[in-house]
Amino acid sequence: MSTTTTATTTNLWGGGKSPFNVEYGKLMMWYFLMSDAFTFGAFLISYGTIRFSTNGWPDPNEVFRSFPFAAEGVHAPLVFVSVMTFILIISSVTMVLAVQAGQNMDKKAVVRNLILTIIGGIAFLSCQAWEWNHLFHEGAWWGRNPFMNADGTASSTNFTNYFFTITGFHGFHVFSGVIINIIMLIMTLADKFEQRGHYLMIEKAGLYWHFVDLVWVFVFTCFYLI
Amino acid sequence: MSHTATHEAHSGGGTKEIIKVTIILSVLTIVELILGFWMMGITEPGFRLAIKGTIVILMMAKAFYIVAYFMHLKHEVKNLIMTICVPLFLFVWFITAFLYDGNSFKTLRNRYDKHFKEQSTIKVPAKAEGHSEKKSAE
Repeated sequence: MSTTTTATTTNLWGGGKSPFNVEYGKLMMWYFLMSDAFTFGAFLISYGTIRFSTNGWPDPNEVFRSFPFAAEGVHAPLVFVSVMTFILIISSVTMVLAVQAGQNMDKKAVVRNLILTIIGGIAFLSCQAWEWNHLFHEGAWWGRNPFMNADGTASSTNFTNYFFTITGFHGFHVFSGVIINIIMLIMTLADKFEQRGHYLMIEKAGLYWHFVDLVWVFVFTCFYLI
Repeated sequence: MSHTATHEAHSGGGTKEIIKVTIILSVLTIVELILGFWMMGITEPGFRLAIKGTIVILMMAKAFYIVAYFMHLKHEVKNLIMTICVPLFLFVWFITAFLYDGNSFKTLRNRYDKHFKEQSTIKVPAKAEGHSEKKSAE
């Protein structure tokens, strides 16, 4: 292993070789995800800046305390969002398994794991739809904030504006990820990748799907935990 | 178009690694949630800040495991790792500068804008169907 690496690194930029050793589409997917990371980063940093420049802020444990099918006054902070987080982690795992199955040219396993990933994505979106609907019925929306600050003082609409914009932008990414995965499933079932002789397309879709999971790690921490 | 037949070497990985990373991610998430629950009963600002800092460190660890193993970046060529990771260091400035600026804006407003300062001390009276009413009814 070590001998091959030294041999490749010395003449990697000497021409006639692929310096990144990945296919063009995959490299461009990485660059796209990097730009997307800066978009999400800008959103979250803007949220952080506004939060740092304000004296009070609503307590997330008071705002996000409901659970589907639970009684109206229930106080279950963090419970629902942890369910959402685990759904996304598990769907990420099934996506890795689909990518791995693709590398082994195992069409059946690819189909099975892609279907599981799509189900996970749809489950996450349903959870988010329920949460948005619930918050909307509590009076929260862009420009409307029924919650007050943790210390009992009046809160501005910054809280709801940032929450709906950022989780909405993330939810849109999950939605497009589900669409991409469905297209991948159709292409797999149509034997497109078997004809090409490789499942590299699944790997690119996988990168996107993991990125969506990665962003949720940050959104979850910034909005629900701290 | 035809270069694709040469498969990239898939060093590392395997189902064992996926299971290991899944467990690590789950454990980190559970620890984060435990810290989140624990923090609810704590009012001391310095202590809360320490817990929040710990949660952020755990968040970075989760991000590392997702990118390195699920997105397979750890097993790529070093050149690729560098071209992805080096630009992301811009975030160090980005986060530091903006959060510092936000904090400075708050300090200045509290010092010179009496209205702003006053607004943040007035408690909201409990509304008829507001959030606080439900809370007190519990």
